[in-house]
Amino acid sequence: MDTGKKQIELSERFQFAGTGEIYSYTTVQEAPEGYEDQAPYVMALVKLDEGVMITAQITDLDGDQLAIGDRVEMVTRKLTTEGERGVIVYGYKFRKTLPRQ
Amino acid sequence: MRKVAIIGVGQTPVGEHWDASIRMIAADAVHATLEDAGVKSVDALYVGNAYGASFSSQSQLGALIADYAGLGGVETFTTEAGDASGGAALRTGYLAVASGAVETALVLGVEKSTDTVSTAHVLARNVSLDADYEAVQGATLTALAALVMRRYMHEYGVELSAFENFSINAHANGGKSANAMYRNQIKPGAFARAPMISDPVSLFDSAPDADGAAAVILTTVERAADLVPHPVEIVASAAASDTLAIAERADLLDLRAVRTSIYKALQQAGLAQRDIDLFELHDAFTILSTLTLEAGGFAERGQGWKLAKDGQISLTGTLPLCTFGGLKSRGNPVGATGIYQAVEAALQLRGAAGANQVADARVAMIQSVGGFGSTAITHILSV
Repeated sequence: MDTGKKQIELSERFQFAGTGEIYSYTTVQEAPEGYEDQAPYVMALVKLDEGVMITAQITDLDGDQLAIGDRVEMVTRKLTTEGERGVIVYGYKFRKTLPRQ
Repeated sequence: MRKVAIIGVGQTPVGEHWDASIRMIAADAVHATLEDAGVKSVDALYVGNAYGASFSSQSQLGALIADYAGLGGVETFTTEAGDASGGAALRTGYLAVASGAVETALVLGVEKSTDTVSTAHVLARNVSLDADYEAVQGATLTALAALVMRRYMHEYGVELSAFENFSINAHANGGKSANAMYRNQIKPGAFARAPMISDPVSLFDSAPDADGAAAVILTTVERAADLVPHPVEIVASAAASDTLAIAERADLLDLRAVRTSIYKALQQAGLAQRDIDLFELHDAFTILSTLTLEAGGFAERGQGWKLAKDGQISLTGTLPLCTFGGLKSRGNPVGATGIYQAVEAALQLRGAAGANQVADARVAMIQSVGGFGSTAITHILSV
């Protein structure tokens, strides 16, 4: 959501392809409240093909190893739940790029 | 600007103080410091605290502590800059005295980390990360350090064991200090085998959060000479900032704020790196120590870990680090840590550091860092 005129002047909308590669990664063992059900989970710095970096979780690994340089693609996933009856927060994560036909 | 000196120091032991509240440990440090300086009152109380609101459900610490410690009515407020809150409070006190607005200021750092434990503690600490872009993803400060460390190891071809001497040195020094939280020694080889918190950052790599309070009293150099036998002058005070989100940095392995604040401080003091007799740096993680030495011009890029490997960082080395154990062994009472550094450096320069004394220490650098290098505040003390 644009918050006003000034914001529009300072930046412009840009559509990323949602693909990139692993720049660095780690497995989080000590998670914050709201994320403990997912722990241990893998976080990475993903270098998008357009050149910018993004911090995100890597999902759907199923025990697979990750390495710097691995190709990844963006997916939409649940990030956290604000308590048992709270709002579910969805956002982006990345997974290893699936083979395409 | 007037010249500013430290005329009193005080600290509580760092640890898990389950039987005390934040106001109690704060008052202990205030009283110890007033006694050390030999003064009964001050004109202002500046509090460095990072997570009082989220750990202890308590904000407005200034008025609370002023009242409880018997300084009621004094000018007081909290300075917050994440884990650099202690350094920020010291700079606030320095500016107040240097400007002429305040004659005598007591700068207190305090944190009661154990008021919140487990996953709630991790969440409470995460308020100092970039909420929209990193914390929401489940990142922690340790995870950010791990992402930087793995990239560093990848780019420079450095093994995990290369970093162990930062932790070994911290515990060797902390083992001699009654105020340190973990006085055990780390054996060579144990570092690389320690359980991972966020690989490659392990239990022996990451500094423990703790409870603690420390304070210094500042006044002008002129007044200090009449008040105490060994005043310690603050010859530089400089701060700089960088992005909260590490993903947004043009160069992940360059700590811009750390570099800028160190070079500004050296310039203010008219000193060079070789003039620094000891450096209390922010060793929350060994990779942060490594990159601080590189950004600060104490080592070339990719070489910071070698200073530790070559033994140059010990009490008898060319650049002693973390002389009372640093964050790793003394413990990290987060918002208080920057003031512990000031107290420890002042003790070194007074020649009152006991078993931790660095011989002939005349110039000490201290640096307080928030986030993974997002806020960096550097002071240089001298006698």
